[in-house]
Amino acid sequence: MSKSSLNSSSGWLRSYTVIYLVFIYLPILFLPLFSFNDGIYVAFPMSGFTLNWWAEMVNQPGMHKALWNSFSVAVPVCLISTTLGMMGAKALTTYKLYGARALTGLFTLPLVTPFLILGIALLISFDNYGIDLSLFTVGVGHVLICVPFSLFVLLSRMESFDRSLEEVALDLGETPWMMFWRVTFPIAMPGIVASLLLTFTISFDEFLLAFFLTGDASTLPIFIWSQLRFPGKLPAVLALGSAILIVTVFIVIVAELMRRKGSANSTENVI
Amino acid sequence: MPESSFISIQGVSKHFGSIVAVDSVDLEIGKGEFFALLGPSGCGKTTLLRMLAGFEIPSQGEINIDGEQMSTVPPYQRPVNMVFQNYAIFPHLNVFQNIAFGLRKDRLPADELEKRVSDVLSLIKMEGFGERKPDELSGGQRQRVALARALIKKPKVLLLDEPLGALDKNLREQMQLELRQLQKIVGVTFVFVTHDQEEALTMSDRIAVMSAGKVLEVGSPEDLYEHPQTRFVADFLGTMNVFDGHIHARDGDSYIVDTRELGRISARIESQDFSKGEKMSVALRPENLQIVNSQSMTVMDGSISGVMSNTAYFGNSAQIYVELEGSDQPLVVSIQNLEGAASKAAHGNREVTIGWSKSSVLLLKDA
Ligand SMILES: Nc1ncnc2c1ncn2[C@@H]1O[C@H](COP(=O)(O)OP(=O)(O)OP(=O)(O)O)[C@@H](O)[C@H]1O
Ligand SMILES: [Mg+2]
Repeated sequence: MSKSSLNSSSGWLRSYTVIYLVFIYLPILFLPLFSFNDGIYVAFPMSGFTLNWWAEMVNQPGMHKALWNSFSVAVPVCLISTTLGMMGAKALTTYKLYGARALTGLFTLPLVTPFLILGIALLISFDNYGIDLSLFTVGVGHVLICVPFSLFVLLSRMESFDRSLEEVALDLGETPWMMFWRVTFPIAMPGIVASLLLTFTISFDEFLLAFFLTGDASTLPIFIWSQLRFPGKLPAVLALGSAILIVTVFIVIVAELMRRKGSANSTENVI
Repeated sequence: MPESSFISIQGVSKHFGSIVAVDSVDLEIGKGEFFALLGPSGCGKTTLLRMLAGFEIPSQGEINIDGEQMSTVPPYQRPVNMVFQNYAIFPHLNVFQNIAFGLRKDRLPADELEKRVSDVLSLIKMEGFGERKPDELSGGQRQRVALARALIKKPKVLLLDEPLGALDKNLREQMQLELRQLQKIVGVTFVFVTHDQEEALTMSDRIAVMSAGKVLEVGSPEDLYEHPQTRFVADFLGTMNVFDGHIHARDGDSYIVDTRELGRISARIESQDFSKGEKMSVALRPENLQIVNSQSMTVMDGSISGVMSNTAYFGNSAQIYVELEGSDQPLVVSIQNLEGAASKAAHGNREVTIGWSKSSVLLLKDA
C-alpha cells in the first residue's frame, strides 16, 4: 500500500474520531451552557448570562425531597452491592469453583437484559409477593444491576491478590475473620472504594427501574423527568442536570483513578 | 535418629483428586534440629510442609507436634510458623508493622512492642529499617523480614519453604550461613524445604530425600552422601557414576558384582543384604577414582582403562570424562588441581587407567 493512501486512511480515521466525539459530547455540553442562558428557550443565539436558573433550581420545593430520596436509595445500594460483589469476587478467585465461568456469565445477565424488561419483571414479582412499591423496591432493583459492576471492579482487583498473604495472617495467629479485616480488606481497599463510587453513581442516575418500581416517592431522575413537562422549568432542570453531570464525572474519575492506582500497586507487589 | 522426637509424622498421605502428592510418609524430627526436606520439583515437599503448618489436612495419617495431635488444629492455633517461598510480605504495611503483625493478640504496651521488634530487627541485621515499605526492600531484605515476622512469634517449629530460592548465588550462600547461625542462636526447630542438594548438605543436621511423594532415605548429610542406600539418592546428591549390575557371589567381607561397563568388581559389604543373582546398582563417586600408573595400580582393588574425552575445569579441581569401551556413559573422575595437575592431565584423547579401592564401591538397591 502506498504511503499517501495510508495517510489518507488515517486522516479519515482522525475525522471520524473527531465527529464521533463531538456527536457524543457536544449535546452534553449544551446542558451547562444553557443553564447560564438568560431565556427559557434552548436555542441559539443565547441571550445573556444569568445565575437565576441555578438559584431557582436550588430553591425548588420538590427538589430537596427528591435529592434526599436518591441519597437514601443510593447509599444503602452501593454498600450492599459492594459487599455482595466482594463476596462474589472472593469466592470466584479463592476457590476453584466448578463452573466459575458460567457463574460469572450469569452474574452479568442483568447488565445485558434491557432495563425495561427487568423493570417489568421486578414489577410483576413484587406485585405477586404483595410487596408495596417504595424506595425500598427501587433499592432492590438497583442492587440487582449494581452487583455485576461491583463484581467486575473487585474481580480485577482480587485476581492479582496473592493468596499466601492471607495464609501468612492465619499462620501468624489470626482467625479467618481478623485475617479478612487486617489483610484482605485493606489490600482490596482501592477496588472497594472504586466499586462504592461506581455503584453509587449508577443508582443515583438510574431512571427506568426507579420509574417502574417507585411508589409515590420520587428520586432525582424522576423529579427531573416530571419537571420537563413545564417549559418554564426547563432551564432550572438544565442547571440541576449540569450539577449532577459535574458530580458524576468527578466521582467516576476518582473511581477510575483509585482502580488504576490499586492495580498498579498490586502488580508491583507480585514479585 | 533424634533421641526425643518433637515432630512425629506417621503414615501421612495427601491426595488431590487422583494425584498422590504425599505418599505414606513417616518422619521423626528432634527438638532443635535443622531438618531439610530435599527432592526434585513436584515431589511433595511443599505439600508436606503445608500439612505441618495446617493449610492442608492429611488424607491419611497423623501429625504430632510436641506431643499434641495436630490433625484438626487450624493454622492459627498451631505452635508453628512458616516462611513462604515468595515471602508474602504484606504490601500495605511497613517493615515494623509486618514484623509486629503476629503480636496483636499479646496486647503489649507500645514501648514493649517497640523493643521486641527492634530486637528482631537487630537479629536480622536490619536496624533502622522499620519505616521502610516492602517495595523499598531488596530480595534478601524481604527474606529477612519474612523470617523476623515468623520468629518474633517464638514458634516451637519454624517451617521454611525454599526461603533462599529467589536469591542470587552469592546472597544465597551468605544467607545459608546466616540462617544456620540464626537457628543456633534461637534454638528453634527448623524444617527447611529445598531442591538444592548442596544447600541441604551444607545447612542441615539431617536430610529427608523425597521422590514422587515418598521419603526414600533419612540421614545426616555425611550418611546420605557417603552411604546412600538407593540409586535415586546416590544420583541426586552430588555427582555419581552409577552402573547396573548383579551379584555374582559373596566372598568373605566382599560381594563380587558383574557389570557390563566395569566388568567383574568387588565391593566391601556394609549393611545391606543381597542375594545371589540379585539385580542392583554399583556406584562410584568421582572423587574416589584416580588416574593410576603401573606402580600405583598395585594398591588399587579395581581398575579399568578408557580414553579421556573431555575435561571440566573448576579451578580448584577438574572433572575428567573417560570413555569406556562398550558404554555410552563416560566415567567421571574428579582430580584435585594440585600444582596444576588438572591442567596437565587435561591433554585429551590419551588412554588412561582409572583405579579405586573396594571400600569406595557403593552397592545400591534398585528402588
Ligand atoms: N492444591 C493442589 N491441587 C492439586 N494438586 C496439587 C495441589 N498442590 C500440589 N499439587 C500437586 O502435588 C504434587 C506435589 O506438589 P508440591 O507443591 O508439594 O511439590 P514440591 O515438591 O513443593 O515442588 P517444587 O519444588 O516445585 O515447589 C505436584 O504434582 C502438584 O501438582
Ligand atoms: Mg514447593
